Amino acid sequence: MTATAVPPKKRNWSLRSRAVRGVLYQIIALGLIALAVWFLAHNTLQNMRVRGIQSGFDFLDQPAGFDIGESLIPYDSMNPYWKAFLVGVLNTLRVSVIGIVLATVLGTLLGIGRFSHNALVRGLCYAYVEVFRNVPVLLHLLMWYLVLVSALPGPGEERSVFGLFFLSNGGVSYPVPVWGLGQALALAGLLVGVVLSWLWAKRARRLFELTGKPRLVLWPSLALLLAGALAGWLLGGAPTAWSIPKVGEFSVNGGSSLTPEFIAVLLGLVFYTTSYIAEVVRAGIASVARGQSEASAALGLSKGQQMRLVVLPQALRVIIPPMTNQFLNLTKNSSLAVAIGYPDLVSISNTALNQTGRAIECISIIMAVYLTTSLGTSLLMNLYNKHAAIKER
Amino acid sequence: MSATFRSIAPRPAPVSTEGFVPWARANLFGNWPSAVTTLLLLGMFFWYLPGMLNWMVLKAVFVPNIQQCQAARDTGACWGVIAEKYRLIIFGRYPFDEQWRPEVATIALVALLMASCVRMFWRPWLALLWLLVMAFVFIMMHGGVAGLSVVETDRWGGLPLTVLVATLSIVLAFPLSVLVALGRRSKMPAIKTICTIYVELIRGVPLISVLFMASFMFPLFMPPGTSIDVLLRVLVGITLFSAAYLAEIVRGGLQAIPKGQQEAADTLGLSYWQAQRKIILPQALAIVVPGVMNSFIAIFKDTSLITIVSLYELTGSMGLALDSDSDWRPFKIEGYIFITAIYFVFCFSMSRYSLWIEKQLSTSKNR
Repeated sequence: MTATAVPPKKRNWSLRSRAVRGVLYQIIALGLIALAVWFLAHNTLQNMRVRGIQSGFDFLDQPAGFDIGESLIPYDSMNPYWKAFLVGVLNTLRVSVIGIVLATVLGTLLGIGRFSHNALVRGLCYAYVEVFRNVPVLLHLLMWYLVLVSALPGPGEERSVFGLFFLSNGGVSYPVPVWGLGQALALAGLLVGVVLSWLWAKRARRLFELTGKPRLVLWPSLALLLAGALAGWLLGGAPTAWSIPKVGEFSVNGGSSLTPEFIAVLLGLVFYTTSYIAEVVRAGIASVARGQSEASAALGLSKGQQMRLVVLPQALRVIIPPMTNQFLNLTKNSSLAVAIGYPDLVSISNTALNQTGRAIECISIIMAVYLTTSLGTSLLMNLYNKHAAIKER
Repeated sequence: MSATFRSIAPRPAPVSTEGFVPWARANLFGNWPSAVTTLLLLGMFFWYLPGMLNWMVLKAVFVPNIQQCQAARDTGACWGVIAEKYRLIIFGRYPFDEQWRPEVATIALVALLMASCVRMFWRPWLALLWLLVMAFVFIMMHGGVAGLSVVETDRWGGLPLTVLVATLSIVLAFPLSVLVALGRRSKMPAIKTICTIYVELIRGVPLISVLFMASFMFPLFMPPGTSIDVLLRVLVGITLFSAAYLAEIVRGGLQAIPKGQQEAADTLGLSYWQAQRKIILPQALAIVVPGVMNSFIAIFKDTSLITIVSLYELTGSMGLALDSDSDWRPFKIEGYIFITAIYFVFCFSMSRYSLWIEKQLSTSKNR
């Protein structure tokens, strides 16, 4: 046998070659997209010229001229548009973050409830999921809003609880401490407490792994948090001024309040998303082999310990990715607040759009903010997922 | 040594494990906490039952009589509002005398949807039937031929609009999503990037912003002088939105197919499209049926959002029907309960169908 020299590979430039066709297809696809973008941009520019629409983001510096019902930062109608958008973003984040926390807690409880030994609990959790999942989230919001508006007492009929909490058509008012140096230092102390208790938890874990003796984590952490906050408060001169709501002529003044719009958006989103999270948790727990809980029962762990120490950590791997999706869905669904007038980002952009007529800019702002939050959240959750995933050697 | 025979005591009868009592003992009163929970839940149930029953049925007003409804305002529901307004709620602003047309069209559409759910009918002629029925529905709704008066799309509304928008966007989004899913797995970098950007971009923004775009920005994109119907624009928006979500589901199915399938198809000399059509997609799509059904349910629910851009589908027409009448406006909650029930029936039956078809399609694997 003689070794034959391999002939040098010839480039085949015919259309029969898969590679050539691939390049051709891609060029065509890119060309079509470039053409479409050019067509749309050309039309848009022409339309703007014809209709005399101004463009650009310079309007952000002009005074907005509209009031916003609730805001986390001081705002009035003389403030520029960018500040109005900022208020909207903060309101969106506020309702989303609180909603995510509540929905996760409730959803996890309901998901675990599907495995209860009690048939009534099982049935109730199942019924909840089926009923709340199969109704549009917009309907949830509208119904909660309607119920709240008709249930809350009108002007002159405000109801108070201990003279500190008030129910009125403005929502639920509650006393808040007057913000000052003491409060700021208390918050800083609380943060220090968080860091310290995290360090303690790490140390406790290391000691446990070294010696096998469990150390208390929960109580020392709570004590550290409390001590931090208390130290900050005392350092700031221990201020005790509270802003207590009072019934005024037309509305309840002072203190802070949860508006009916906020409560409706929050409840609607939480009750809707809870049903999805319950399903995610149920699927996650079902994915853990039965032998795991049987083995831990054989070791003498209680039912709660089995769930907390053995089943849930393994279920987390399955749960985290779809749970991330639900968090993102909740954030995106909070945009429906526009339907009931909660001043979230979309509803403020909508107002700004109607006032200035700059559709492209306003809608781009909405999309940019949501894209950033979505990508940011998935980044964080991916990091956590990596932490929880099976560590393969 | 004498021993007297003494029979041993009879064993007790085996504990019954069948029937209600043993079931209740195990499932309702298994241990102390369980028993307490059961009693608590039952107590709450019987505590609230009379009130609920009174409001829903016993003290409720079923006749469309405003005086009776107002008299029973705090004690019972006013189902009379449904009896009075159901045609406005279900058909929206569609001309009153012509409402048999959307009725016929919706029945045809729902019948077609149900037929498409049966595996026996999954034949090529079903596609033809779809085209025919869609044309029929459009003619019935829009009119203009055979002596039917023309009804512009801005008068369409209510349940027919919900069903139409949901069906059309599902049917249009599905093929698009398969193409995008294949594109995301393509070996051509440009195609892959385009598809990935499309999917991630759409999935990162809420539907409402896509609808705003369709309603406010789309007219700017078109050459001056052309005007495209708002329903069509919204339909395009929902279709593009749902296609991105569906594409991810389909991609999951494609990923589950072993690589050997594609390689075997290549060995047989099948072209790319032949391999996808005959080998890969039939297997991949069978896997993703539950996910696709869930997505369909989501689209059906999402159609309620088009209310925000002034297309009065079921949710919007309910608001419209009651807001325009100050007498009946206080009974909006009954109206909401009514349309909630409609949405629930549609979505729940779809999810039941999804479970059933999942079982049907997995029988080959269970054997």
